[in-house]
Amino acid sequence: MKVSISLNVNGVQKIADVEPRMLLVHLLRDQFGLTGTHIGCDTSQCGACTVMIDGRTAKSCTVLAVQAEGSDIATIEGLAKDGELDRVQEEFWNEHGLQCGFCTPGMIMAVKELLDRNPNPSEQEIRHGVDGNICRCTGYHNIVKAVQAAAGAGI
Amino acid sequence: MAISRMIGATVRRKEDPRLITGASSYVDDIRRVDLLYLEFVRSPYAHARIGTIDFSRAADLEGVIDVITHDDIKDAVAPIPAGSLDDDTLKADRHPLAHGKVRLVGEAVAAVIADDRYIARDAAQLVDVEYEPLKAAVDVEKAMEADAPMVWEEHGTNIAYRYHVGSEDIDDALQKADRVFSYRYVNQRLIPNPMETRGVVVDPQPDGGFTMWTSTQIPHIVKNRIAEGLSIPENQVRIIAPEVGGGFGCKLNVYAEEYATAFAALRLGRPVKWIEDRTESFIATTHGRGQVNYIEVGVQADGQIVALKTKIIADLGAYHQLFTPAIPTLSATMMVGPYAIPSAYTEIFGVFTNKTPTDAYRGAGRPEATYFLERAMDQVANDMGIDPVEFRRRNFIRPEQFPYETPTETTYDSGDYEPALDRALELIDYQGFLKEQGTSRAEGRYLGVGFSSWVEICGFGPSKDMGMAMWESGTVRVEQSGKVTVLTGASPHGQGQETTFAQLVADDLGVPFDDIVVLHGDTALINYGVGTFGSRAAVVGGTALRMSTDKIKEKAKLIASHMLEASPDDLVYENGAVSVRGAPTRSVPFDDIAAEAHEFQVVPGDSGIEPGLEATSLFNPANWTFPFGTHAVTVEVDSETGEIELLKYVAVDDCGRVLSPMLVDGQRHGGIAQGIGQALFEGAVYDDSGQLLSGSLMDYTVPVASQLLSFVLDRTETPSPENLLGVKGIGEAGTIAATPAVVNAVVNALTPFGITDIEMPMTPQRVWKAIRAADDGGRL
Repeated sequence: MKVSISLNVNGVQKIADVEPRMLLVHLLRDQFGLTGTHIGCDTSQCGACTVMIDGRTAKSCTVLAVQAEGSDIATIEGLAKDGELDRVQEEFWNEHGLQCGFCTPGMIMAVKELLDRNPNPSEQEIRHGVDGNICRCTGYHNIVKAVQAAAGAGI
Repeated sequence: MAISRMIGATVRRKEDPRLITGASSYVDDIRRVDLLYLEFVRSPYAHARIGTIDFSRAADLEGVIDVITHDDIKDAVAPIPAGSLDDDTLKADRHPLAHGKVRLVGEAVAAVIADDRYIARDAAQLVDVEYEPLKAAVDVEKAMEADAPMVWEEHGTNIAYRYHVGSEDIDDALQKADRVFSYRYVNQRLIPNPMETRGVVVDPQPDGGFTMWTSTQIPHIVKNRIAEGLSIPENQVRIIAPEVGGGFGCKLNVYAEEYATAFAALRLGRPVKWIEDRTESFIATTHGRGQVNYIEVGVQADGQIVALKTKIIADLGAYHQLFTPAIPTLSATMMVGPYAIPSAYTEIFGVFTNKTPTDAYRGAGRPEATYFLERAMDQVANDMGIDPVEFRRRNFIRPEQFPYETPTETTYDSGDYEPALDRALELIDYQGFLKEQGTSRAEGRYLGVGFSSWVEICGFGPSKDMGMAMWESGTVRVEQSGKVTVLTGASPHGQGQETTFAQLVADDLGVPFDDIVVLHGDTALINYGVGTFGSRAAVVGGTALRMSTDKIKEKAKLIASHMLEASPDDLVYENGAVSVRGAPTRSVPFDDIAAEAHEFQVVPGDSGIEPGLEATSLFNPANWTFPFGTHAVTVEVDSETGEIELLKYVAVDDCGRVLSPMLVDGQRHGGIAQGIGQALFEGAVYDDSGQLLSGSLMDYTVPVASQLLSFVLDRTETPSPENLLGVKGIGEAGTIAATPAVVNAVVNALTPFGITDIEMPMTPQRVWKAIRAADDGGRL
């Protein structure tokens, strides 16, 4: 039995028929083709699937699609506006804050929320702020630098 | 024409725009019409005989297309060719789906194919497999005993091979030493955990062949192996490594799942996708490390090491994957590290256990060697009352000794080890720290400093010595407009070759960095290739490209000789133009030469010159390269809780010439984090029945940001004489150096308790227990 849901994704109103057990991440990826949100684990540890639901980050592998009914979802694909990269994206590029890129979309979404809450975080606040997102490539060194640069704090 | 100076420049990566916007395509992002989903039924037992497999309940589920077991696949797919050291290595043939017995938890027994990934998973749970559980060989040393459960009953032993290398007179050499020290170290199993798990999509083609997208470091090797295994001509098999989300060695393999998914797609005539979930990744993708090391060090009274003997017991797991038996031999090769030790000998015991096979994991054999050697350097220094830094310095191979032939049949290309050590001492402020350590101890605070001087073997490698093709290819194609397309066989998985190789070619040809596009990872596009592993991409793949740009420049001169009406011998190629020597105004720019190469309006038909401006080169190195360095770390240990705080981390590495400093440093950061991970957090934990207890990211501690710190990096630069670029490789430096440096620092901090070793990972519980045991005279 499928359930009809309606939600807003990156500013576009969408309607979908989903099985009640379908995860939000599969709705975004498999039905809406928004494959920038990745799946890195099955226990909500890695954070590769992080998106914004109504302005707050959520791990979309732990949210049922039906729970997102009526919500505003923001994914990595919606971040750049009119061909202009978001500041966080730009600084991840400038500071070599990514290597394989798999964790990057989720990491950037987590950083967006971190900087929304705390525009001028210390290094320790940055490190704790991205603790829900695992990166296996960078050792976080350049992710910290990218967040500092995006916060305008320099290094 | 812009005159670029791109080699050695800090540039933003060409890869990143697609990665930071979510536009890139990893395997699970590949979509096909009529795509089916495959799910494996995996063994819950480490060792069991397989009885009947009843898949009727699964097959009855709506949406299920097919269920496949060994009986279906056995005639179509040969056993997976296994890595082997020599003819005496005991066989461990693996079938894509288990045959008769399962030998590890997670071994695939059946595959279910459905038209939806949720249904495929439901159906996999409905497959009833009858198992007769057997006793499992879990602990590697116990597995060596004659009465241990046999992973391969037909062999009558779990010792798959014995291998030795080095000085035959080692026992004499040890006997002659003033003092001999013996230690045992455990290098625990690690689970690689790239953030993208493995995955395969196979799309059958009308000609009987197929296209496979697979998350791999080695698309060309996968092509050859899979084509052979399925008896399909390799020119009808196309392998694409799309965006690959990390590998660290665990995607340097050809896996059962690749064979099985290809078989399923061909059998059904429809595209099939299999995506590994994280739980599967923990048990079905190769592990790393897993060695027990016994080491004897013979030292003269003056602190000169004269003999080093080791016994390496390697936990191979149940099957030989591509390099499983070979990895421990790299530990043997590198056992003397950066030290001039005249006599060295090792014997390796490769041992089957009922566990996931081990294979390459970032560093592959060299971290293990560096660990036992650098831990022993500290322990011997302490036991002899010598400063550990001075002890290292006294034994370093001196610059004038290069090329240096080791007792383990290896010739180090070049090196100058003291400057890196000196710089590390300066950056960590060794003397200042020792003072602080003294005052802190008086206050009941336990600070420690640890060092690790390392050298590794990179740039794999000479094909003949490696027993398989280890060259690399590089094609440089100049388009009609003068834009340059570069094709490399060194398919990357996050390293950034699109950027590094563009920097190289930009300087070689004098063309703008932005005019260069680097392509990789598609066997239909790139004729020849091996892959990215063993810190080889720049060394072998980069050199192949330099050979090609040299050819391009020669041909450009030939074409320009007609355009300038001058003899090619009188022409020079400089700054993206060809000009007459001594008459720089008589010059033709690269773009015009490129246009003429394609249009052929000036070059006469009888010139003997072929149209086009493209060159392909394959570089097969004559030797490896040997990067080196010293890492230093300071820590504070909380004696009440056992918690370790990293205070400062310094790395001074030498990877020869540096093509792209920002990317080189990025490699070092990631490697150091993984090395610290081994020292403090990570480890595969099994129970006695062979169940992996640390089988999820909730139980296996991949480091997160708050557990690490920002690193202090510097470099020295000693070019390699082994290749045209002078490069040595940097991908694995961090994992090799970091682990012993951190353990040395923690043990150093705990010296007042009389603690001389703590097994990894040094969790707070282990540290706390060690302190308590020491505190109360060992009663706890």
